[in-house]
Amino acid sequence: MGKTLSEKVWDRHLVHQGDDGDLLFIDLHLIHEVTSPQAFDGLRLNDRTVRRPELTLATADHNVPTADIDQPVADPISAKQLQTLEANCAEFGITHYGLGDPNQGIVHVIGPEQGYTQPGMTVVCGDSHTSTHGAFGAIAFGIGTSEVEHVLATQTLPQTRPGTMAVTVEGDVQPGVTAKDIVLAILGEVGTGGGIGSMIEFRGSAIRALSMEGRMTVCNMSIEMGAKAGMIAPDETTFDYVQGRPNAPAGSDWDAAVADWKTLFTDDDATFDKEVVLDAATIEPHVSWGTNPGQVVPISGTLPDPSSFADPTERNAAERALEYMDLAAGTPLREVAVDTVFIGSCTNSRIEDLRAAAAVAEGRTVTIPRAMVVPGSFKVKDQAEAEGLHEIFRAAGFDWREPGCSMCLAMNPDKLAPGERCASTSNRNFEGRQGRGGRTHLVSPAVAAATAIAGHFATPGDLT
Amino acid sequence: MRAVRTIEGTAVPLDRSDVDTDQIIPSDWLKRVERTGFEKGLFSEWKDDPGFVLNQEQYQGANVLIGGPNFGTGSSREHAVWAIQQAGFEAVISPRFGDIFRNNCTKNGLVPVQVSAEVGEQLLRAVEADPALVFEIDVATRSLRAGDVECKFPLDDSTQHRFLEGLDDIGITLRIEDEITAFEATRPAHLPTVGS
Ligand code: SF4
Repeated sequence: MGKTLSEKVWDRHLVHQGDDGDLLFIDLHLIHEVTSPQAFDGLRLNDRTVRRPELTLATADHNVPTADIDQPVADPISAKQLQTLEANCAEFGITHYGLGDPNQGIVHVIGPEQGYTQPGMTVVCGDSHTSTHGAFGAIAFGIGTSEVEHVLATQTLPQTRPGTMAVTVEGDVQPGVTAKDIVLAILGEVGTGGGIGSMIEFRGSAIRALSMEGRMTVCNMSIEMGAKAGMIAPDETTFDYVQGRPNAPAGSDWDAAVADWKTLFTDDDATFDKEVVLDAATIEPHVSWGTNPGQVVPISGTLPDPSSFADPTERNAAERALEYMDLAAGTPLREVAVDTVFIGSCTNSRIEDLRAAAAVAEGRTVTIPRAMVVPGSFKVKDQAEAEGLHEIFRAAGFDWREPGCSMCLAMNPDKLAPGERCASTSNRNFEGRQGRGGRTHLVSPAVAAATAIAGHFATPGDLT
Repeated sequence: MRAVRTIEGTAVPLDRSDVDTDQIIPSDWLKRVERTGFEKGLFSEWKDDPGFVLNQEQYQGANVLIGGPNFGTGSSREHAVWAIQQAGFEAVISPRFGDIFRNNCTKNGLVPVQVSAEVGEQLLRAVEADPALVFEIDVATRSLRAGDVECKFPLDDSTQHRFLEGLDDIGITLRIEDEITAFEATRPAHLPTVGS
């Protein structure tokens, strides 16, 4: 019997196979300031070293400020964490893109952008959205701090083999429907637990039609389905994206690499443990209404009535969510007013996202108290500025910031106030995720920009 | 980690689904570079509510936490496990755990007890009716007993072994370091390296 894509990539990283699980080799280990300090302490405590510093890359992203970055970091605890990362990298010989470095950015933005992320690799990071890198046909997953320490010390990870799952989106999407809407629609279908224990392969013509950046948006949110990882088979779109990037193979290495990458697909006779199929033509722009990312509706819809959920757990969750979000069942989404718009995060802060938002913002004016755009990396920021996007955003009334995770998780000063309602291009609408008491609605960059202008949830087509 | 063989004690019923790691420990707490002191951050946004179950008198001193389905989904922060442990819990029960959270539990000796949805419900109701109900969790037999409930829970052999013996994962891997070295020699030349 044939193998699935995830099985092929898994098998080629097997260092050891025992009764008690597999030992996988890790090709790229990304680290950042928040989940690594205790891992380095563990190494020192046990007199261990970093086995392969040249397969390890560090950047500062989670708690970096996105304004006045030439000033010392105001929050002393954040500053200490950033300094600790810098010191640990210096001690163990790890390349580190610190605050203000031209290569700095959100860890899942810089890996692909600099050509480190390539098909067929294993990529791990102490961050759950490592799944983003699966867009290249890599097995990429988030790990905890103990596992970070394990990878630092051994460049391997003991793992039990996950199950396989296919999510197929077939057909063409309607104009105005983006990768973010596709993944939110998938989440509405499979829920927050549907992927637990599985590596999901996203397939079908609607997935193949996406750009690499769109594919990253989809794979980014596979963790929101509870999946171990999300993947997309590499193809010409992938190769074109990788070619010529600073760390991509070149010359004869390139040819060897592409020949190898072309073998990375699910065999026709392979089977998946689980399969879900969606019709692309029926997908609309989506908005999350609740406090988990499975709680989504099309923007043309209304807020659900909890009693419409047959499952008592879902019904309770819906009741709690509407209460926290201060929303009434039956309200049309387009009538819900927002206070803040956040365009950024490893889900939607790449150049195409900013272009999409700028196209909506151009010549229009923000009508809500706060709208900010936070590019995913310095490279993205430079590119956007070269294209004049920052001028468009500023003219419309958006705040143009420095790169970082920012309001995606509110570890830096960019936070929602209690009760504030935000349309956000990030990935999690958990209670308090963007600031204590804040209310998050997940949307695409185009919907976020249109919402900033309309003052309530809107698509670009709604604007006059 | 320390060996964990049996756990005996009482439980707190946290009757909510999708208790994500942002709720278990909000991001403000993640700025610490130490590995201790996270108990104060545990459910810190819910704790202000005097009615929150962890604040209730009858559940003080409990060492088992029962949650609804999809417990520990979301972020990879191991701080969530440290916070639960440092607040005195030795096991968490749920019908379904987030994968990374579950992994993090097993690296730290916090026992993830996965039960069926029915048993999960039954346990929540039983503890609400009798907060003094005694829970016995046995890692060696992978079994849970509490009142009328008796069931097995899944734990793979290697994780069970590490729990029982209190073994350090890295030490175990380094025993086969020669296999890692042999594997490294076979890696294709086109794979990227950092800083070259
Ligand atoms: S942008 Fe948000 S989700 Fe992405 S790495 Fe940063 S904090 Fe995590």
